[in-house]
Amino acid sequence: MIRVVLPAHLRTLARITGEVHLDITGPVTQRSVLDALEARYPMLRGTIRGHDGGPRRAFIRFFACEEDLSHEPPDDPLPDAVTAGTEPYLVVGAMAGG
Amino acid sequence: MSGVRVLAGTRKGAFVLTSDGTRKQWNVSGPHFAGWEIYHVKGSPADPGRLYASQSSGWSGQVIQRSDDGGATWAPVGNQFTYQGTTGTHQWYDGTPHPWEFARVWHLEPSLDDPDVVYAGVEDAGLFRTDDGGQSWQELPKLRGHESGSSWQPGAGGMCLHTILLDPAQQGRMFTAISAAGAFRSDDAGQTWRPINKGLQSEGIPDPDAEVGHCVHRLAMHPSRPDVLFMQKHWDVMRSDNGGESWREISGNLPSDFGFPIDVHAHEPDTIYVVPITSDAEHFPPEGKLRVYRSRTGGDDWEPLTTGLPQENCYVNVLRDAMAVDTLDSCGIYFGTTGGQVYASADSGDSWAPIVRDLPAVLSVEVQTLP
Repeated sequence: MIRVVLPAHLRTLARITGEVHLDITGPVTQRSVLDALEARYPMLRGTIRGHDGGPRRAFIRFFACEEDLSHEPPDDPLPDAVTAGTEPYLVVGAMAGG
Repeated sequence: MSGVRVLAGTRKGAFVLTSDGTRKQWNVSGPHFAGWEIYHVKGSPADPGRLYASQSSGWSGQVIQRSDDGGATWAPVGNQFTYQGTTGTHQWYDGTPHPWEFARVWHLEPSLDDPDVVYAGVEDAGLFRTDDGGQSWQELPKLRGHESGSSWQPGAGGMCLHTILLDPAQQGRMFTAISAAGAFRSDDAGQTWRPINKGLQSEGIPDPDAEVGHCVHRLAMHPSRPDVLFMQKHWDVMRSDNGGESWREISGNLPSDFGFPIDVHAHEPDTIYVVPITSDAEHFPPEGKLRVYRSRTGGDDWEPLTTGLPQENCYVNVLRDAMAVDTLDSCGIYFGTTGGQVYASADSGDSWAPIVRDLPAVLSVEVQTLP
């Protein structure tokens, strides 16, 4: 189980309270997590990254295990703690943009 | 008893303001989509329960919301606005070529007769249409693809397509306006376009006959007389009597002919309203007095409307999409300010009262007249 934490304005948009829990078959990467997230919540398409898996929006960041993964290749494996569900994958609104 | 529903888009959410036909007591609902910029909210003329809202943020981009119950509940619909074909370039502020980049939807114009059909005016300037209630959007690319498109430059607020007027009499005729390219007309439902800017004089353009490059702030039309158009330009208030083929200035005795909105009385096609603003640098009313000006002669001769509006120390602006009129027998006029007030007049502008005083900066105001 993958745990995902969204910023408040996206939780409101998707009508989510708390964390999102995703089951992913195959490699757990930033791309596969976001693909699964957008498949469950289609209204999030285009709000975190471009449509159809496009690049990360400029004022969105991705954190996990106290590391900034925003510039890491999207197909790299996520840390084991994220894959094991002991640490969440964080989608963060940067301190800018509004 | 009939009533009205005012739809206010603000910097930090949308508000729905409702009243009966007296327009004295108001119920305020909101903020909807709190924290997001709501550039525009508009209802379908064919189904007053169907509303569309443009929601955007610097973090998360564009969302389109739809309500099927007059704003009580909302659901996000499609938000993919992809320019069709070769994207191309327009001019950047410094004159260099700059690729078209979608930023946001400024204006949503529902069809006059089909609640599932909506036109969207976007920044960077382009026109999109949905035929499925907002689930998917397709560009009408010939406007952006006009031969002059590569020479268009953004205004200070961005290169936005902010005005869409649908001609109720002539099927397929529509008007759009872009800052700072000018006004355009299509006679074939958006398949082809041509600039309609003859007679506009803009001090920032050296060529007095320039076909494009004019900073048109707003167009307005009375549905009973769609060949007559009114325009608030960056500077100058203008009028066309031939569907935009030519324009003449009607600024007359206005204290300033700079401003943003312009609108037409619901029952008097020659009664029009503007809100003079001091200048392009000073975006507040002259002398700190918030005055709506009304002409009952289709321009040139204007009277200030001040009753109920602040006449000292008022330094707000009224943005281009922030004025609307209802169609009750005694026509109501509404406008919102960057200071967060929404003012209403139930007597054609003779007197005014605030519906609300302390909203976030108001970006847009629309009104629906309800049975």
